[in-house]
Amino acid sequence: MDILLSGLLLGGTYALMAMGLNLQYGVARIMNLANGEMLVLGGLAAFWLFTSAAISPLLTIVIVAPLAFVGNWLVYRFLLLPLVRRAKNQGQLEVDSILATFGMSFVLVGVMVSIHGEYFTYSFLADPFTLLGNTVALNRLVAFVGACIIGGALYYWLNRTYSGTAVRAVSVSTEAAGLVGINVDRVSALAFAIGGAVTAVGGTLISTFITLDASIGVIFTMKALIILIMGGVGDIRGAIIAALILGLVETIVATVIDPGLTLVAAYAIFLCVLLFRPQGLFGRKTT
Amino acid sequence: MNRIVTYKLAPGVLLLAAAAVLPLVSDGYWLSIATTAMMYIALSTSWALFSGPTHLIALSTGAFFGIGGYLVGTGMSDYDQSFWTMAQIAPVVATALALLVGLATLRLSGVYFVIFTLGLAEMVRNLVSWVQNNFLGSRGLYVLTDFTEAHIYWMLLAVAAVVFLAGSWINQSRLGFALRIIGNDEEVARHVGINTAWSKVILFMTTGFFAALVGAIVAPRYSYIEPNVVFSPELSFMVVIMALLGGVHRLWGPLVGVIPFTLAWEAITVSFPNSTTLFLGLSFLLIVYLIPHGFTGLFETMLGRMRK
Repeated sequence: MDILLSGLLLGGTYALMAMGLNLQYGVARIMNLANGEMLVLGGLAAFWLFTSAAISPLLTIVIVAPLAFVGNWLVYRFLLLPLVRRAKNQGQLEVDSILATFGMSFVLVGVMVSIHGEYFTYSFLADPFTLLGNTVALNRLVAFVGACIIGGALYYWLNRTYSGTAVRAVSVSTEAAGLVGINVDRVSALAFAIGGAVTAVGGTLISTFITLDASIGVIFTMKALIILIMGGVGDIRGAIIAALILGLVETIVATVIDPGLTLVAAYAIFLCVLLFRPQGLFGRKTT
Repeated sequence: MNRIVTYKLAPGVLLLAAAAVLPLVSDGYWLSIATTAMMYIALSTSWALFSGPTHLIALSTGAFFGIGGYLVGTGMSDYDQSFWTMAQIAPVVATALALLVGLATLRLSGVYFVIFTLGLAEMVRNLVSWVQNNFLGSRGLYVLTDFTEAHIYWMLLAVAAVVFLAGSWINQSRLGFALRIIGNDEEVARHVGINTAWSKVILFMTTGFFAALVGAIVAPRYSYIEPNVVFSPELSFMVVIMALLGGVHRLWGPLVGVIPFTLAWEAITVSFPNSTTLFLGLSFLLIVYLIPHGFTGLFETMLGRMRK
C-alpha cells in the first residue's frame, strides 16, 4: 500500500513533464530531446533560490514558469522555426530537430555544470504525513497536488477555450489548421513555450523530493518519451495514465528488487508497448 | 572492369599502407591519438553504413561498444578465457542484441528507434552493474595482455579496412540499393516489394557487430574495466558528431570528419577539461545550422560551383 501510494504520487509529477513534451511534440512537431534539461533547470532554480535566499520552491514556480515560457518561445522562434521552414518533409524535420535539441541539451548541461557541478540537495517539507492510514512524505504529496492543479488547468485550457482549440487543431493537421485561418507558426511557438514552462515547473516540484544533478536530464527525457509513446502522441488522458503506470512500476521495482533498476523497468515497459500497442494505450491502429 | 576496380582501390590501398607504417615512425603521444582516431574511424564509418542511407540516428554505439569491452573484461577476469575467444564472442552477442532491438523498433516509425537507442547504453550499464553486484561479486575486471599500443592500432586499422570493404560491397549490392530507396521514400520502397524492416535490421546488426568488435579490441587499452567506463553514452554522441561532420552520404565521409574532430577534441579536453559537454553541444548546433551535409557535402557544392 505504501508502495502503491508513493508510486502514484511519483507518477503524478511524471505526468506533468510528459504533458510538456506532448505539447512540444504533438503540436509544435519538435522532438525536444532537451526536455529533461529544462526540467533540471527548473530544479536548479528551486535549489538555488532555496539555499541562497530561502525562497520556498512553491514560490519559485511563479518565477520559473514565465522565465521558461519566454526562454522556450525564443528557442522555438529563433532556433527551431528555421529548421521547420528548411525541412522538406516530416522525416527531415525529425532528424534536424533531434540533432539540434541534442546540441541544446549538451549546452544546457555544460552551463549547469559550471553553475553547480554537484547534487542539488536541499530539504523542503521532508516531514511525514499520514494519508489514508499510510505515511507519505509531505513534499511528495505537495508536488502531486501541484501537478494535479497544473494538469487540470492545462486540460481545461485545451478543451474548453478558444485558443486551446486552435492548439488542438494544429496538432491534428498543420495544413488544415492553416486553411481555417489559424496562424500555425504562432500557435506552435505558443505550444512549445507552454510545454517548456510546464516541464520546468515539473522540475521544480520534482526537485523537492528527488535529488537532481546537472547531467541527469537525459534520464527524465527518456522517461517522458516512454510515457509519451505509451499514452499516444497528442493524448493527454493517455499520458496521465501512462505516467501513473510508470511511476508505480518504477517504485515497485525500486523497493522490491533494486533502486538501480528503475531505468531497466522503464525499458521493459517501453518494449511491451512497442511490441503490443505501438499506437499508444488509447490510440487507434493506423492503416 | 578490372581497370575500374584498380582505379577505385588504389587510393584506399595507398592510404592503408601509409596508415600501417605510422606506428613505426611515431610513438607515445601521437600514436595514442592515432589509435583513438582509428577507433572512431571504424565506429563512425560502420555507424554511417546504417544511419547514412536510412537517416535514422542510432545512439546505440556506446551500448555495443560497452558489450565488447565488458565481455572481454569479464571473460578474461572471471572465466579465464583468452582475449581472442572473447573478442569473437562479444560481436556475436552484440549482433544478437542489435537483432532484438531492430526487430522491436525498426518495424515502426523511426522516432521509436531513436528513442530506444538513446537510453540503451545507460540501461545495459544498469543491468550489467546490477548482475555484477548481486551475482558475480563487485570487483573490478582486469584485462592484462602483452599488446602494445601499436598492436591495438594495427588491429583497429584492420577492422576499419574491413568496414570500408564491407561498406563498398553493401553499396553495390541489392541491399545497399534497397536501403537508399528506403531512405528516400519508405512508402515507395514498400510498394516495389522491398522488405523494409529486414533490410534495416540487417544493416543495424552490422553496425552492432563492428562496434562490439572495436570495443573488444580497445579493452586492453583500459586494463581495468568497470561498467561505468565502457558503457559511456558520450561515445555514442561522439560517433554521431564525427560521422555527420564528415558527411554520411559517402563511404569516406566519416573519415574526413574523424581526423579533424579527434585533433580538435584533444585540444579542447586539454585546455577546457570542465567544459567538454558544452563543446559537444556547440558542435551539434554547428553541424545542424551551418554544415548540414558535412565536409563532403561542402566540398561537393564547392566543386559544383567551380565547374559552373
